Amino acid sequence: MKRPDWLAILAAAASGLALAGPLAAGGVAPGWARPYLAALVASAVLCAGGANNPARWRLGSLMLALMSAAAAVALVALLGAGLQSNAGWGYAAALAAVWLAAWHTVSWLAALRPPAGWPARLVNLAIPLVFGLTLLFLWECGVRGFGSSMMKVILPAPSAIAARFGSSLPTLGADFVQTFKGVTAGYVMGCGAGILAAILIDRSPFLQRGLLPLGNLVSALPIVGVAPIMVMWFGFDWQSKAAIVVIMTFFPQLVNTVAGLASAGAMERDLMKTYAASYGQTLLNLRLPAALPFIFNGLKINSTLALIGAIVAEFFGTPIVGMGFRINTEVGRMNIDMVWATIVVAALAGSLFYGLLALAERRATFWHASYRQRAG
Amino acid sequence: MSARRGLSGFWTGHLGPILAVCVAIVALWYAGAVWMNADLQRSAFDNAGQKSWTTGELVAGTLAQERPRLPAPHQVAQELWKTVVDTAPSSKRSLVYHAGVTLSATLLGFLFGAGLGVGLAVLIVHVRSLERSLMPWIIASQTIPIIALAPMIVIILNQLDVTGIVPKAAIAAYLSFFPVTVGMVKGLRSPDPLQLDLLRTYSASQAQTFWSLRLPASVPFLFASLKVGVAASLVGTVVAELTQSADGGFGARLLAGSYYGQTIQIWAAIFAAAFCACALIAAVALADRVVARRMGYAR
Repeated sequence: MKRPDWLAILAAAASGLALAGPLAAGGVAPGWARPYLAALVASAVLCAGGANNPARWRLGSLMLALMSAAAAVALVALLGAGLQSNAGWGYAAALAAVWLAAWHTVSWLAALRPPAGWPARLVNLAIPLVFGLTLLFLWECGVRGFGSSMMKVILPAPSAIAARFGSSLPTLGADFVQTFKGVTAGYVMGCGAGILAAILIDRSPFLQRGLLPLGNLVSALPIVGVAPIMVMWFGFDWQSKAAIVVIMTFFPQLVNTVAGLASAGAMERDLMKTYAASYGQTLLNLRLPAALPFIFNGLKINSTLALIGAIVAEFFGTPIVGMGFRINTEVGRMNIDMVWATIVVAALAGSLFYGLLALAERRATFWHASYRQRAG
Repeated sequence: MSARRGLSGFWTGHLGPILAVCVAIVALWYAGAVWMNADLQRSAFDNAGQKSWTTGELVAGTLAQERPRLPAPHQVAQELWKTVVDTAPSSKRSLVYHAGVTLSATLLGFLFGAGLGVGLAVLIVHVRSLERSLMPWIIASQTIPIIALAPMIVIILNQLDVTGIVPKAAIAAYLSFFPVTVGMVKGLRSPDPLQLDLLRTYSASQAQTFWSLRLPASVPFLFASLKVGVAASLVGTVVAELTQSADGGFGARLLAGSYYGQTIQIWAAIFAAAFCACALIAAVALADRVVARRMGYAR
C-alpha cells in the first residue's frame, strides 16, 4: 500500500469542512449531528494515515464504512428537524464526505477476497447495494436540503415517492392488474404462437429461409407504432394491449426458437436415427430440450418487450386505469411523485417477471454448460 | 447453364423464399382488408340507399374507403407517394418533414447515447469498483420498461425550459445507451487471457493494452450493439413525440391519426418509420462492413 489513499484523504477534508461550516444557512441546526461528523473525520484520518500499515488501513476502512452510514442517517434525520431547503455549505460538504466515504467503501469491498460461498455472495450483493443506497441518499438529501418547492415537484425525493406509493396502493394495484391482464394474455399468446410457428416451419427449409430474415428485420422495427391501430380494432380495454404484445413478442420468439431447434448436434441426431426414432420422438426427446436455452432467451427478451408494448399502448387510449394511463395523466397534472410510484411498480413487476423466468430456466436447463460451470 | 443456376439459386437462396413470403403477406393483407371493411361497406351502401350490390362492387368498395378499418396496401402506398413525393418537404403534411424531425432527434440522441455508453464501458472495464457496483444495476435496468420514463423526462425538461429537439434526443440517448454499454463491456473483455498475458510479457501499460488489444477486439461487439441501439433510439424518439407532439414527427403523426381516425395516415407513418429504422440499421451495417474490411475481421 504505497500510494496514498486519496479517497480517504478527500473524505477527511470534506468532513472537516462540514464540521467547520454551517449546516443550515441563516438558521441554527441542532448540535447533535456534529459528533457523527467528528467520528467521520476521525475514521477517515485513521484510514488515510494507514496507507503504509495494512492492518490499520483495514480497521480504518471498516470504521469509515460504519461511520459514514451513521453520519448518513444523522444527515437524513436533520432534514426532519428543521432543515428544509435552507441547508448551508457545511451540509453540502457533509454530503460530499459521505459520498466519498461510500466510494471508498465500495472500492474496499471490491478489493476484498472473501472465501467462496456465502461471504463472497454477501460481498457481491453489498457492493451494488451500497452504490444504490448512496445514490438514493444523495437524491433525498440534495432535493430536501437544497431544492426549492418547484424542484420538489419536478424531482420528488425518494421519501416523498415512498409516501405516495404507500398511500396509493389501491390505485397502483388496480393499474397493475389492468396492465398485467394485457401483458400476460399477450405474452402467453405471442410466445406460444412464436414457438408453435417455429416448430411448424422447422420442417420447411423454404419457409425458414423466407421467414427468418423478415423476422429478424421486424424484431428491429418500431412495432409499438401499431398500438393506435390495435386500440381502434380491439377497443380501449386490455384486449388491444394483449394484441400489441402478441405482435411484439411473436417474431423474437420465432427467431430464437428456430435457432434453438437447429442447435442439436449432428452426433445426437444421428444417434436418434440409429434408434429409428420418428420425427416426433426426435423433436420431443432431443431437439426441444436442446432448444430450451434459446427459447428461454426469447422469453426473457419478450418479458421486457411485453411490458413496453402494453404501457405504450395505454398512452393511446384506455379505460381510466392502467400503468401507462396513470403515467400519462399524472405527468399532465404534475404529480411526478405518482409517476415515480408507478415506475417503481413497473420496475418491480419487470424484474420479478424476469427473475421468475431465470428461475424456471435454471430448473429446466440445469444440464446446460453455463450452469454446470458455475456449480463446479 | 449459368442462367439455370441463377434460377435455382433464386429458390434455394434467400431471395426467392423472402419474396414468396412477402407476396403471401400482401395477399393475406388484401383478404383481411376485404373481410374487415365489409361491414363498413355494407352500411355505406345502406346509407347511400343502394338496396342490392354485387360481390365485385362490395370488394371494390372495401378497398377504396376513406377511413377503412384496415386500409389496403395500395392505399397506404398511394398515401406514402402523396406525402413523400407530391408534397413539398417543407410542408407539415409531408412525411419527409416529419421524418426529418424524428431522424434529427434520433441521430443526436444516438450519438450521445453511444458515446456515453462507450465511455462508461471503458470506465467499467478499468475501474474494478465501478464494475462491481454499477454493472449489476445496468443489467437489472434491462429488465424494466424504461420507456415508461419518457413522458416524465419530456415534461420535466419542458418545465426547465428545455424544449425542441433536446428532450426527445435525451430519451433516444437514454434508450440506446444501455445496449451499447452492455455490448461494449462484453467486447472490451473479449480478448482471451493468452493475448492479455502476451501484452503483460511485453510490459505494456494499461493504455497500450487498451489501444492495441481491447479496443480493436471490441469493434465487432460495438457494431452489433450499435444496431440494437439505433433501433432503440428511434423507438424512444417516436414515444417521446407522443408527449411532445407539437413539433411533429412520426409519433405526432400516429397520435393525430388515432385522434381523427385517419387509419391510412397511421399506416403510412408506421411504414415510413419502419423504412427509417431499416435505413438506420443498414447504415450501421454498412459502416460495420467497411470497418471490418479495413481491420481485416470480415468473413
